[in-house]
Amino acid sequence: MIKQIVSGTVYGVVLNDRASLGKIGEALEAAPYKGAPQAPAMYIKPANTRVPCGAAVNLPKGAKTVEVGATIGLVMGRAAARLNRANALDAVAGIVLAGDLSLPHDSYYRPAIREKCFDGSLPLSSVKPLVDLANLQLTTEIDGQVVEQRSLADLIRDPAQLLVDVTEFMTLSQGDVLLVGVSYMAPQAGAGSQVKISAEGVGSLQFSIAGAQA
Amino acid sequence: MKRGRIAFQGAIHQVTQAADGRVQLADGRLLNEAEVEWLPPVVPGAVFALGLNYADHAKELAFKAPEVPLAFLKGPNTIVGHRAQTRRPADATYMHYECELAVVIGKTGKNLSKAEAMDIVAGYTVANDYAIRDYLENYYRPNLRVKNRDGCTPLGPWLVDAADVPNPMSLKLTTRVNGKVTQQGTTSDMIFDIATLIEYLSSFMTLNPGDIILTGTPEGLADVKAGDVIETEVEGVCCLINTIVDDQTYFATV
Repeated sequence: MIKQIVSGTVYGVVLNDRASLGKIGEALEAAPYKGAPQAPAMYIKPANTRVPCGAAVNLPKGAKTVEVGATIGLVMGRAAARLNRANALDAVAGIVLAGDLSLPHDSYYRPAIREKCFDGSLPLSSVKPLVDLANLQLTTEIDGQVVEQRSLADLIRDPAQLLVDVTEFMTLSQGDVLLVGVSYMAPQAGAGSQVKISAEGVGSLQFSIAGAQA
Repeated sequence: MKRGRIAFQGAIHQVTQAADGRVQLADGRLLNEAEVEWLPPVVPGAVFALGLNYADHAKELAFKAPEVPLAFLKGPNTIVGHRAQTRRPADATYMHYECELAVVIGKTGKNLSKAEAMDIVAGYTVANDYAIRDYLENYYRPNLRVKNRDGCTPLGPWLVDAADVPNPMSLKLTTRVNGKVTQQGTTSDMIFDIATLIEYLSSFMTLNPGDIILTGTPEGLADVKAGDVIETEVEGVCCLINTIVDDQTYFATV
């Protein structure tokens, strides 16, 4: 078996945990959303966003902080389409810890390309073996302070169900990554911050935030 | 020069268009364009698409024109070549084509001014950016279930060198469904022109060779059904043909 690397497209999803839905609250029922999402609310992180563990990520011009969306990415080991719950995780070769960086944005109405696709906005760990994700705890530290702890037990679509609902309409290829969800209005980090995202039994991902490039 | 990619005799070939319109392999072999397996003319990198980038189309959808480009991204799963089939799911009630000029990036670029922007354009092709409106939701709209379905973004057949398209901001766009013209417009009606789009995108991300910008569609949308043959054409670039099929045909065991 060839060791899988992240070589394809990275897809992510928002509003896939109860805590985030709770934070938006009644606004979900009002315009512009007019109801909670039915299908996974997805976005794409293109190749320019990916950087390895240890990277220094430059803030985009004009930005003071970025949101740090701690999450897990499912790394596909083969092409997968129309998966079912029973076989979905068989297509996953491993996982990565991800720091999905965004310019703070409180509206999910329009695609957030400027906010989510700036260069370096997706630090990823190396590919780790798939572990039981049902109760995995993710911890985010900024400059040594714990700023967020979340459990994947809070996911609305667990990894298997997310794979089923995404591959219902699109094929994931070998080397693609599906991020299982980030927190609404996640903690923010500014220039000079050291960020660490860790999960017991998986490992950690570290990166730093640097000022805007001239 | 017009360049394409095909699968032929067990290999992927970069081809050019011969003077008589046929497909020419690097070794000189000439093939009929209707009898080769077309691939997208470039291996796609980041694929951007623009929503509401023609004022008449924005009006048609009852939106006011955006103040900044409404850009969204597509994955490689949705891109297919010329003469491919695209599936209309059985539960869809409104699936429409979108004829678009596609800009292919040829050089790396970041923080480009409008004056510099066109220097990184390798050339142009045609996209048909199908949408299935039944699946629209108001989260990162237009959402991926509408715009990133497998095989729902035909591209090609030819990549035309930028030097051969001296004025990309003045090209007629035409869509024909089963031979009947249903959509007409001109790239001169874009709200954000190509240089502005490149300036905007490169202001926050690095553009790379193989990245593609689908520049939006004018008014004239119509529902398409299984069996319909859709031709999307951009003057001076190429004409892209696609056929709509139903679930049974798409998933049929052959």
